[in-house]
Amino acid sequence: MAGLMAGFGNFTHAVVRAIPESLAKEALRMNKFDVDLSKAQREHELYVEVLKNKLGLEVVELPADESLPDCVFVEDAAVVCGDTALITRPGAESRRKETEAMKKALSDLNLNIVEMTDESASLDGGDVLFTGREFFVGLSKRTNQRGAEILADAFKDYAVSTVPVLEGLHLKSFCSMGGPGLIVIGSSEHAQKALKIMQQMSDHRYDKLTVPDDIAANCVYMNLPSKGHVLLHCTPEEFPESAKVFEKLKDHMLIPVSNMEKVKVDGALTCCSVLINKKTNV
Amino acid sequence: MTTEVGSETEVKKEPEKAEQPPATATAPAPQEEPVSEAKPEAEPAAEPAAEPAAAEASAATDTPASEEQQTSESEQAKAEEKTDKKEKDKEGGGKGISRFLPPWLKRSKSQSQVGPKENAPKEGSVEAVKEEEEKEKDKKEDEAAEESKVDGEQPVQASTADQSQEQKEEVAEEAPPAEEAKADNKEEEKHSIGSADTQPAKEEKGEDSQEKDTEDAKPENGVEEGEEAKKEDEPTDKADTSILSPLRLTKKIKMVMCQVTMLDGSQFPCEVEKRAKGQYLFFKVCETLNLLEKDYFGLSFKDNTDQTCWLDPLKEMKRQIRNAPWNFSFNVKFYPPDPSQLTEDITRYLLCLQLRQDIASGRLPCSFVTHALLGSYTLQAELGDHDPDEHRTDYTSDFQFAPSQTREMEEKVVELHKSHRGMTPAQADTQFLENAKKLSMFGVDLHHAKDSEGVDIMLGVCANGLLIYKDRLRINRFAWPKILKISYKRSNFYIKIRPGETEQFESTVGFKLPNHRAAKRLWKVCVENHTFFRLMTPEQPTKAKFLTLGSKFRYSGRTQAQTRQASSLIDRPAPYFQRTSSKRISRSLDGAPVINVISDGSGPEGGKENGRDPALELSSDSKSKLRVQGENIYVRHSNLMLEDLDKTQDDVLKHQASISELKRSFMEATPEPRPSQWDKRLTASPATSLRLQAQGKSPPRMETFLPESKEVVKSADDKQKSQAVAAATAAQPVVEIEETVIVEEVRKTPKPAAASEVPEVQAMPSQEPQEAAKVAVEEKKPAREASISSDSESEEEAEYHPQITSVSVEQIKEEPEEEQEEAELNKQEPTPEPEPIAVAESEIAPAPVTVHPVVKDGTPNAKEEAQPVVEMVDDGIVEEEMMLTPDEAPNGYSASDVQGLGSLEEEEQEPRMNGDASHVETEHLPQVICCSEPPVVKTEMVTISDTFAAQKSEIATKEVPIVHTETKTITYEAAQLDGSGDGEPGVLMTAQTITSESLCTTTTTHITKTLKGGLSETRIEKRIVITGDSDIDHDQALAQAIKEAKEQHPDMSVTRVVVHKETELAEDED
Repeated sequence: MAGLMAGFGNFTHAVVRAIPESLAKEALRMNKFDVDLSKAQREHELYVEVLKNKLGLEVVELPADESLPDCVFVEDAAVVCGDTALITRPGAESRRKETEAMKKALSDLNLNIVEMTDESASLDGGDVLFTGREFFVGLSKRTNQRGAEILADAFKDYAVSTVPVLEGLHLKSFCSMGGPGLIVIGSSEHAQKALKIMQQMSDHRYDKLTVPDDIAANCVYMNLPSKGHVLLHCTPEEFPESAKVFEKLKDHMLIPVSNMEKVKVDGALTCCSVLINKKTNV
Repeated sequence: MTTEVGSETEVKKEPEKAEQPPATATAPAPQEEPVSEAKPEAEPAAEPAAEPAAAEASAATDTPASEEQQTSESEQAKAEEKTDKKEKDKEGGGKGISRFLPPWLKRSKSQSQVGPKENAPKEGSVEAVKEEEEKEKDKKEDEAAEESKVDGEQPVQASTADQSQEQKEEVAEEAPPAEEAKADNKEEEKHSIGSADTQPAKEEKGEDSQEKDTEDAKPENGVEEGEEAKKEDEPTDKADTSILSPLRLTKKIKMVMCQVTMLDGSQFPCEVEKRAKGQYLFFKVCETLNLLEKDYFGLSFKDNTDQTCWLDPLKEMKRQIRNAPWNFSFNVKFYPPDPSQLTEDITRYLLCLQLRQDIASGRLPCSFVTHALLGSYTLQAELGDHDPDEHRTDYTSDFQFAPSQTREMEEKVVELHKSHRGMTPAQADTQFLENAKKLSMFGVDLHHAKDSEGVDIMLGVCANGLLIYKDRLRINRFAWPKILKISYKRSNFYIKIRPGETEQFESTVGFKLPNHRAAKRLWKVCVENHTFFRLMTPEQPTKAKFLTLGSKFRYSGRTQAQTRQASSLIDRPAPYFQRTSSKRISRSLDGAPVINVISDGSGPEGGKENGRDPALELSSDSKSKLRVQGENIYVRHSNLMLEDLDKTQDDVLKHQASISELKRSFMEATPEPRPSQWDKRLTASPATSLRLQAQGKSPPRMETFLPESKEVVKSADDKQKSQAVAAATAAQPVVEIEETVIVEEVRKTPKPAAASEVPEVQAMPSQEPQEAAKVAVEEKKPAREASISSDSESEEEAEYHPQITSVSVEQIKEEPEEEQEEAELNKQEPTPEPEPIAVAESEIAPAPVTVHPVVKDGTPNAKEEAQPVVEMVDDGIVEEEMMLTPDEAPNGYSASDVQGLGSLEEEEQEPRMNGDASHVETEHLPQVICCSEPPVVKTEMVTISDTFAAQKSEIATKEVPIVHTETKTITYEAAQLDGSGDGEPGVLMTAQTITSESLCTTTTTHITKTLKGGLSETRIEKRIVITGDSDIDHDQALAQAIKEAKEQHPDMSVTRVVVHKETELAEDED
């Protein structure tokens, strides 16, 4: 019997979405970078490959939508925990429709769908850090208090704490989970500050893994039956120093995944998939 | 075999309990003296068992009953034989268990039994010796056996039954000859044993019960049973009178019927004395439940504003509920973060019941899946394996799994229920808890509040600290280690936060609560939770009424660490109980007979007759009104919060009487200083004492010790006396209402433990000159102090210092692993308990005493308060050795259990600590050095920043605000920096304030320990507030006070006496 909060990192399914051509020019970004579309697409294919073939997840691939240049970043459209999926209301107006396809995909997976209908609420999945025991929701440009409240309502079992995101796009732009109870955090001042807040707000103890580069702190952790701890992280090419830090994780199956192009439009590793554990569904 | 005794007693009690309720209902009722007739009617027992019992009772005399009895006996005998092994096994644990049983329970039982004549047969059957009764009993028990607890009853029955085997066994086991003698009556034997066992073990005596207890001790064994027997045999008043008479003689006993709502929803009627303390009822309930790990639980009630409050075990119920009905609810008070560490299944079961309530009411929010999962465990626990035949589709409809329960959810529950096949009820409960404990709101007690900007928030108190919620979001969290001080003032609630690594200063966060009561309630909950979860031992229990600084309230029970330790001693076979929270029949997967945990006979409402004594109520009402007025006064004159101001004339008279009594006692008192609580602490082994003070003591300020006050008063020196008198006189131009004597004693003590740091004694230049300055400082103090002493009920503000700046051993480390905690605990055991009552006797050195009479210009109003301040400076170094009596540590349990229940006077004089009964004797070696002490460090609001603390990492620093006044804040650092004459700043090791109140005086003892130049220096500042009006001989009282202070600390010198007189302000004044 799967208990409450059992099996952090256990995933069976992943939802991803292809990169539309409009991404290169129209996708939102904080800095002006030119994106090589084909490179980005290759990068993304590799990413999906890892999920599908290397890790054996069942991957649901949604088609790209040219009218939604940012649609590859599916993470922002939904927050899935257990068998409940919260369909978000992305903070960026242009991304609101991304949720439609996501909602359909998730309900096809028999998840309990909760929708964020409140007009005053906004929430990007990238601001939601689930640690296995609780949620931290970054209050950022994309996510507001009301959005966090709705998330708290959707996942009543868990504490939901808010963390101000002073710089960067999302909370997970500088942190993510690297394992059960392990928070990978960037070394910038605001990242460290956010970590402190999270630690103060939590009843649980977290270890931290500090990496020199904020964006490198975004990695994808899974705990898979056959593989154990799996970590998708930045490549040494992108962030050599940070990659070295990851390499110290001896117990993890480390999979460097390139994210060179997508990062230019503020996409991180976690952004590109919604991970689901169907087995934990009680 | 002794152990067996314990178990037996328990057993007995339980059955008694079961039957008690009905009995109790009528027991106190004076009207129903005729015994035998009412039986059946009187026992509209809610319990099935009760009813049959009654019927049988009536029939008891009939011969047929005997037959039944025999049969039942034989059956039981078999059962007993089976259980014999178990019992033997239990034996080892028996003692431990017996400790849990409050001695007064017996008394109450006897009372109740006796009182209700109608019920008498029943009860008699339980305990009675007579065969008839036995028969009845047997019948009952047989019937009830299934529902009642197996272990207990079986032995009882055996004993009652004339089965000599068991008795012999018992006798043999229970070696004590005396008991054997009693054993002649088999039943009696049991009783006696049980009582004997339990009584010593349980030191808890209700105030009320003290007299009774003492009396009962004997009566219980012999008289009680004998009486009962008589009773039943000859239903006469004899028994009643005999039993009740002692009580009546000593006191008028007004009985009141309480209704306690149990966790399974049943009602437990219980008759209590009107003046009974909360713990009386609580222990009654626990006994009924057969609950040993009771420290997690408490009784709550709704006050007249419909707010739920916890019943303070150490206070009279009547004073807490005020005009609200005597309805209580048995609830989990401290949710164990790791229920798997609970020792007994029954405890877990009760926790489950509480959580089910929490979930169903929405207090504990869960997701759909969690509702379903938890619901399925509930089904498994209560119904056993899913049975397709028996469990039709709607078998779940009896249960409430969620605040709003859908069909879909029920289906899910059923689906999950099917998957639990093979799981025992206990396992299902465990699974339930393992999941429930992970819920974020598990054990979080929410309070509405507003933040500083007026935004609605919720404050959640839990095991780890204080959580701040806005809507459903956690917006902040203050772990206990982060919190330096918790206080409230009027409707504001404050927490002082330890500065972060980079911050320099503490910050104080304030919240606005709906009203003063809410603020106080929140504060109390915080104090309790902090103590329970964070400390190894509770702070000193405070005694009943004192004039104190703010609220004297402290958590008085055991801490989680203590209760775990105690629970580890539980060695009884798992008690059987029925998981029929919902009246379903349990299938006892364990294969043991299932006995009802709760005997909820719908008690005869005889209690009503005993209802409240109108006169009493009136008086109480008037008093409370007065109090309220007093409060208002306090508001107006924030600095004048003396309870005495609101006293009625009667009170004043009493006061005076008590004062004279006090004086007398002074005269008669032996010069031997009474060990005062703080003295003990001081003298405890250095390490320990440090810890103690640091931790438990952090909030010493509000602690009050009656004994202390007396002692203080007694220990005045003649010399001082005269001076003090002079001072007092000087100050007395007007009629004085209150006098405050502040005695500051500074003692330099090389600490053994601290010894490493302070190897040698150094003479320090005396700083007498500085005293003048001190005096000035103190001048202001008195006023404040006066304001401080307010009635606990009416206090407007209070503080609690959960933290010590340095790491204290006693405090549970932050985020301690369970193992760690235990380890700590164990560690601690061998060492003298910190709180233990070490008796430090200090000798006052013949140092010159300077008296600085400070007369405040009071407006020559009718009343004035004089506050003499006596400062004593110790010239020498005192070496302290402490000896611990061996009895404390291992038995900590029993002692702790007993804590609050001493008789009034005894209690007051005997310093009791939770958990330890140890006495520490301290010897003071002659003091070598006389040094001047640095100016008194006033640690009113001493806050030590982290950085500061870091410098002296090893030293536990503690700050104890004496008076919380905004204007007057003297920080320890400041004192250190400019105060000490020698270059090396002293290190404040500990500071604590203890307040105690005797009849006419309030003594505030402020102990400041500093480490300077290798010398440990203890400065004791005593403020003695002598309250009274013109009729009181203030001079005399003051002289006495000073003398006593001196006597108490012979090794210290009085450096200053400040007499401060306060004029009473007119009520209208501001």
